This record gives sequence, structure tokens and C-alpha cells, in this order.
Amino acid sequence: MLSLALMTVLAPAAAILLIGVIRQPRFAEFVNLAAAAISFLSALLLPLLTAVRGPHVFWGGAITVDRLGAWVQLCTSIVYLLSSIYAVGYMRMLGEEERLPRFYALFAGFGLTTLVGPMMNNPGLYWIAIELTTLVSTFLVAFERASEAIEAGWKYIIVVSGGISLALLGTVLSYWNGSFVLGPRYDMTWASLARAAPHIDPMLALLSFLLVLIGFGTKVGLAPMHTWLPDAHSEGPAPVSAMLSGALLNTAMIGIVRYLSLADRAGVGQVSHNVLIALGVFSLFVAALFIVRQEGVKRLMAYSSVEHMGVIALGFGFGGPFGIAGALYHMLNHSLNKSLMFFGAGNVMRSYGTKEISRIREVGLRFPVMGALWLAGAVAITGAPPFGLFQAEFSTLRGGLAVGDIVPVIVMAVLLIVIFIGFLNHFRLMYYESVVPHPVEPKALGAWCVVPMWCALVPLLLLGFWWPNALWNYFDTIAHVLGNTQ
Amino acid sequence: MVLTQLGPLAAAIFSLVAIASLLLSFVMLGSHALRHYLYAFGAQSWLIAILSASVGYYANFPELYLIAILTFLFRGLLLPYLLLRIVRRLAVPREPIEILRPSSSLVIGALSVVFALAVAHNISVELNLADTIAVLALTVMLSMKLIGFLILAARQEAVSQILGLLILENGIFLGSQILVPGMPLLLEVVILFDLLIVVVCFGVLVRYLMANAGTTSSRELRRLVG
Repeated sequence: MLSLALMTVLAPAAAILLIGVIRQPRFAEFVNLAAAAISFLSALLLPLLTAVRGPHVFWGGAITVDRLGAWVQLCTSIVYLLSSIYAVGYMRMLGEEERLPRFYALFAGFGLTTLVGPMMNNPGLYWIAIELTTLVSTFLVAFERASEAIEAGWKYIIVVSGGISLALLGTVLSYWNGSFVLGPRYDMTWASLARAAPHIDPMLALLSFLLVLIGFGTKVGLAPMHTWLPDAHSEGPAPVSAMLSGALLNTAMIGIVRYLSLADRAGVGQVSHNVLIALGVFSLFVAALFIVRQEGVKRLMAYSSVEHMGVIALGFGFGGPFGIAGALYHMLNHSLNKSLMFFGAGNVMRSYGTKEISRIREVGLRFPVMGALWLAGAVAITGAPPFGLFQAEFSTLRGGLAVGDIVPVIVMAVLLIVIFIGFLNHFRLMYYESVVPHPVEPKALGAWCVVPMWCALVPLLLLGFWWPNALWNYFDTIAHVLGNTQ
Repeated sequence: MVLTQLGPLAAAIFSLVAIASLLLSFVMLGSHALRHYLYAFGAQSWLIAILSASVGYYANFPELYLIAILTFLFRGLLLPYLLLRIVRRLAVPREPIEILRPSSSLVIGALSVVFALAVAHNISVELNLADTIAVLALTVMLSMKLIGFLILAARQEAVSQILGLLILENGIFLGSQILVPGMPLLLEVVILFDLLIVVVCFGVLVRYLMANAGTTSSRELRRLVG
């Protein structure tokens, strides 16, 4: 089990070293892809093994492999693999051959840091892992060196570092709070904080939770701390955007979830859940406003990420078996779906040579296959059946009704409908509106750019029709462990 | 509990160092020559190193000596040196346009200390620590946090923003030395190294900013909206 968990992170680590030694573009592509495949295969087995053998800690409590962490690692590694496949096709279109090895080294580093985060058993080291994801991904965001890209990178690192320092303060205060129970020196682990939680001071516990929520919430992209997200997502190369959205946001969300469970044990669960719900609703609201009037195709996807993180926050905020199952299922489906959407957006952007929705026309006619995949993805991402996100959002709504949070449920439903209309309206324009006076002649796309879209859409459809019973049980156990059964 | 068992001398030293570092963040807030920020930041880091060492001595946490040495080397010498190199490369000796004049920022800074004190007082009463150094440590921690954010919001030069972030970190580090001296050593060392990487990354980004965006002022970075 330890070897499997380590394999997920050692593969990208080895890839970085290899790329550092042999700086060949083709070789770098291949090594990164191989590392992603190994990561994915190990992460695929990890939840199975964790479900059978139960959670474990290794290396004197430094590493934890639990159901929640294994799940997030699985979601992350899926996105890492899909975007590594896609990167092969996309990055060749950029014509930056000599800088490709550096890109892939950074990309593997990004995969590494996002996969390490969920494994950290020490809240402080988890914080470091999240901080490192920022540092690595800043350079990926700024990779294209256009002044917009650098601006986005700068904004990203400043906003997120500032925000996440609040999470460090929250972490220190949590440790301090625990020291009244466990003595001045104790191991800082999730388990020891949970052991101390019922006896600690509730007010300080609440303060720590709120600081952590704002801190990691910045990284998750919950409004109003989301300001870096649309810029970073829209200016980075498309595979990076997919990783940011599908992998990084989940890894940061897990921190909030773990602290939420501590807050529950400390007896301040009610307020904490309500604040999380409020942030979730506000994220949906902000996303709805910006989606309806959006002009850039990648920014559209970015605001959709804000929306989906809001939904996941609502799921965990509602709590209970339905809420948590909905949120976790949402993570997986969002990872698949958002990768698909960013791949499509990247393809369209490259072949039309523009990011503006108003200049992208007749996608369906020009690219019958790719266009169909992207359109199906657009329907899926707005939460329409028969795709996985519909199931997940439905379960989240049920979770909200089950705990009696009627108002947030209604607001969420209304906003989801607004987003559905607004989002698909942009796609209507891009697919069925007649051509603008000066049409751009789109360039053809290679197979590397289309295959990963298939790989994302097929499981998405499958997950929409069939929510495996084993997954239900898996989520149910997580809900029990988190103690969120209000 | 460490905080309640301190002798008067130890408490006096801790308070002195904490208050002096708070004052240094006011120096940063009140001046607009980039170099002065750096000197104040370096001095602040030295004070934190002194604090680590004295907490290690008086509260009997020998591992804090190591932290003190590392803090002195990394935060006190290496970081200011790296930042100085960035400042030299920039050829922008002072903050050009001010959203907030130094005098007004000092007033806002003072108000944020009052706010931090109120919060700290409430927490300490709740924890029955109202007469201890915990109040001061929390006040300094929170007010350096607020001052750091104030600098981030009101200053536009890239270097000032980096320093704003570093003040945020310094505040946490300073507070944690007093409140949780038993925090695992590994974590503190990793955070120190992390800071180093942060500053190196910022240095590279600043170079990109100059080469590709032609400016290091966030006021002119406003292409991405909506």
C-alpha cells in the first residue's frame, strides 16, 4: 500500500530528474507521459486497496493513506494523465521546441506537488505542499511569456501566497489550541488534532477554521477570493489550465474538508458549515454573473470552475451522506469534464487563433468529431443528464434538503439553471451562429488533441448512467470518518 | 504551559523584541524608499532570530537555537541580499505613485493594531491567559498580518508586494515562536526553505515582468479583467 502510494509521486519525481538529464523535447514528452500513466495506474488501485485494508499511516506518521486522500489522488492523477496526453499535441502547436523539456519538467513537478498534498499527514506539511503547487504552477501559467501571461502569473502568486498565509496562521493557531490539551510538544497530525478537538477552546477553533477556510479557499477559488483564477486559467497553456482546474482545486479543497471535520469535533460545526455554504452560494452567484456576459472562451471555462468549486463547497457544507457523496462524486466528474472543456477550448483557440467567443464560429461544421465532443462536454458541465455531474449535483441538492437547508438549495438550483442557460448560449453562438464578416480559417488538429477528449467523455457518460454501489459505500465511509453526519 | 511559567525577565525580553519588530513594520509602512524596506525587513528578521534563541533559552527548547541560526542566515542575510539584487536591477529607488500616502498608511496601521489588540484580548480572556505574554504575541502576530495586507493593497511596486508577503510570514513566525515553541522542528525548517524558494521565484518573475511586460508596477498590470 505504501509502495503504491509512493509510486504515484515517485513516477513524476523520476520524470523530472530524467528530463533534467536528457533535455530532448520528444524524450521529455514521452517520460512525462509514462510518469503520468504510472501515477494513474497506481492511483487507480489505491482507493481499492484503501477500501479493503482501511486507512494507514506510514513513516512515523508522516504519510497517510486514507479514503479521502486516495480519492483526491485518483481524481488528480486522471487529470494529470489526460492533460499529459493532450500536452503532446498542444505544446507542439506552440512552436517552443527548445523550451519543451523545461515545460515538461515543470508539468511533472506540478503533478508531483498536487499528488503529494493529499498524502501529507501533517497539516503543516500539507500547507507546504499547497504552497509548492503555487510556485511551480506560476511558471507554467507564465510559460508563454506574453505580457498577459506574466501578468496572470504575477497576480496568481501574489494573491494566492497572501491568501494561503492566512491558512498558515490558522494552522499555527490550531496547533496552539491543541497544546492546551496535549501539552506544549506533540506530533502535528490530523489524527492528533482530531483527538484534541473535543476538548479545545471552541472560539479559537472557530477562528482557526475561518482563517484556514479563507486561506485554502483562495487556492480553491471560492468567491470572493477567486480573483486570480480566471486570469491564471485563461492565460496558461490549455493542459496547464486543465491541471489547475481539475487537479489543484481538489487538492486544496481536501484541506478545507479536513479542517471542517476538526471544527465539527470541536463543537463549532454549525457555524463552520454555514460559512462554507455561504461561500459556496456566493461563488455560484459570482460565476453566474460572469458566465452570462463572458467574452473569452477560456475565461468562460475558468468561471465554470468557480461555479463547480462552489457546488463542491456546498456539498461538504451541507454534509451528511448525500452531501459528501455528492461532493466527492462531483470532484471526479468535474475533473474529467473540465479537462475535456479546456482541451476543447485550447483546440479551438489554437485553430482559430483567438480567445474571443465572438470570433469563433461554426465549430460543429469545421470540426465534426472534436466539435461534437466539446458540445457534449458543454452539456455535461452545465449539469444536464445523462452525464455524471447531473448525478453529483442532484445528490448534493438532496443532501441539502436532508439537513433542512432549504434556502441555499433553492438558490443553488436557480443559479445552476441561470448558468445552464448562459453557458450553453455561448455554445449556441459558437456552433450555430452564422459566420462573422471576416472569418478566420481554422487550422486542422492532430489526433493527440482529440483522443484525450474521448478518454474524458466516455467515462463521464458511463458515470452518469451508473453510479457504482461500491463507490456509494466508499463515500459513506468517508462521511462517517469525517463525522459530518450532523 | 510555557506562557504562564515565564519569569519577569524573560517576559520583558520577549515583549521588547515583539514590540520592536512591530515598530519595524511601521517603518516599512511609513517610508517609500525601497531600500529602507529591505533594511527594516532584515532587522526584523534578526529580532526574530534573537527571539527564537531567547525562547529556546528561557523556556528550555534547545532545538530553537538551530531555528535561530537558520532564521538569521536565511531571513536575516540571504533574503535581504536576494531582494537587494532585485531592487538594484529594477532601477526604481522609491515607490512612484502612492495610493495611500505614508502618513495615512501609518494611521491605518495604528488602527489595525488596535483592532488586533481587541481580538487578541478576547481570545486570551477566553483561554484564561489575559495576564500573559500571549496577548502581546497574538497582537503582534495579527497586526503584522494586517499591516502586510495593507502594504500588499496600497503599494504597487513588485518588490514592495514581495515584502508585504514576507511581513505576513514574519508575523506568523514571530507569534509562533512564543505561542507554540514546541512546533515540530521539521516544519519550521521546511517553512524557512520554502520562503527562500518563494523569493527566488519572485526574482525570476520580476525579471519576466521587466522583460515582457515592461513594468513592475501592478498599477500598469490591468489588462486582465472581467
